Amino acid sequence: MTSRILTRRQMLLRGSTAFGGLLLAGCDRLSNSPSFRTMLASAEGLSYRAQRLLVGHNALAREFKESDLSPVFRSNGTSDPDTPSYNAMAADGFRQWRLKIDGLVARPQELSLDQLRTMPSRTQITRHDCVEGWSAIGQWTGVPLSAVLTMAALSPSARYIVFYCADILEVGAAPYYESIDLIDAFHPQTILAYDLNRKRLPVANGAPLRLRVERQLGYKHAKYVMRIEAVQDLSPIGGGKGGFWEDRGYEWYAGV
Amino acid sequence: MSIPTIVFRHSIATRVLHWLNALCVFLVLMSGLQIFNAHPRLYWGQYGANTDHAALEMTVGDPAKRQPLGMLRIGHHEIPTTGFLGVSRDGGGQLIERGFPSWATIPSYQDLATGRRWHFFFAWVLVFSSGLYFFIGFATRHVQRDLLPTQGQWSLKGIARDFWDHVRLRFPAGEAARRYNSLQKLAYLVVLFILAPMILATGLTMSPGIDAGFPWLLNLFGGRQSARTLHFVCAMSVVLFIVIHLAMVVLAGPLNELRSMITGRYVLPPEEVK
Repeated sequence: MTSRILTRRQMLLRGSTAFGGLLLAGCDRLSNSPSFRTMLASAEGLSYRAQRLLVGHNALAREFKESDLSPVFRSNGTSDPDTPSYNAMAADGFRQWRLKIDGLVARPQELSLDQLRTMPSRTQITRHDCVEGWSAIGQWTGVPLSAVLTMAALSPSARYIVFYCADILEVGAAPYYESIDLIDAFHPQTILAYDLNRKRLPVANGAPLRLRVERQLGYKHAKYVMRIEAVQDLSPIGGGKGGFWEDRGYEWYAGV
Repeated sequence: MSIPTIVFRHSIATRVLHWLNALCVFLVLMSGLQIFNAHPRLYWGQYGANTDHAALEMTVGDPAKRQPLGMLRIGHHEIPTTGFLGVSRDGGGQLIERGFPSWATIPSYQDLATGRRWHFFFAWVLVFSSGLYFFIGFATRHVQRDLLPTQGQWSLKGIARDFWDHVRLRFPAGEAARRYNSLQKLAYLVVLFILAPMILATGLTMSPGIDAGFPWLLNLFGGRQSARTLHFVCAMSVVLFIVIHLAMVVLAGPLNELRSMITGRYVLPPEEVK
């Protein structure tokens, strides 16, 4: 009797291990099937609409006290673009750097760091959430993106704001880029930050200028911003998904 | 031999939603472990990253050693877990640094973007299917009738008796098997009314978008990183529930139990003849 029970138990165990292996292989195969991926991706539209419905367009991300600041604000992605043109700009304190604003605007702009620093500014202590799961709290100072876009006179056909960066995150790939819709672009906490924790933005965190779009995950907060373009359609840019990580399978709407 | 008594145990709604929810729970759990693996450290409070103190961590013991050593660190306790947590074998048999092993994650290889796609899609399905379960459960009085303990079952004595019966693997038979025993009811109620809402709420608290609209969630759980830790702890509690649930199915007669969740028909186990 004992041996029979043991065999049955072994059979059960082996059977379930084999069955589990089959299921896992099946999930891996589904993960690579374009039609299944399209089905999975449909959840993003639902999350986007649910959040836009439940969260007011101008609802503010929590702002913290100075005592809440992370002791170390972690750098992620590129920690130094280290290209000849970037190094040359960094060497003279970004005096030659200009922020270009073009695309669907009536008055294209080229702004120096000093010009941005003389514009009205906003300072906020907010939490930065990485898609990987960690969070860091930092104090950011910068120009509201809405001010810059108003200055450039956005045309009515513009639907997205695209940020082109100086860093190349993957060998052979195009430089980093990101995009947001106009709801987030005109949100009061969406700023182009030039200071972190009351000091000039360090190279590791995106010097001379990075985007803060506080209600979305870290990869939306483009670092080393060189150019801002207003567009109607994201599909002709890069891989067509609206950002470096979006082209690699991540959600364009990173509110969750 | 007495004629077995067959009872109709589970409604069609219970059966269909049980299997749909079971599928979704497995998929969100395993894709959740994929997401956890992207940063296999848990913190308490508003913030938490690599240089901050981790309450729980899966890591490599001593990277200098020739053989990588997997380690689970909870507070100041270190548990060697090579082959399972921290360090495990990939598809090719190589030891690699990894929070949970490949057999526990969807996809089996490291791919955060795809893991998130699975997680959020099946989380949405689960929101609708469990919402339907709660609606039908209350409307048909299934929850009130079958899941809420009867007066006798609420007593500590009754729970203690059921507990000892379970430890000795003595399960209700005959008439007593028509209804759930107190431990079963408690387990189902904890999953439905504590773990499920906690997982949903802590999951939403991890969303920077939702936090802007509902900042009280951050106060409730003590911060996004605390919410992430609680999300993980509650998910692991669900895993514990599933392990016990499956063990009980096997011990109580897997064919009869499985059939009752497929066709609805359940044979009352005959009472032992002394």
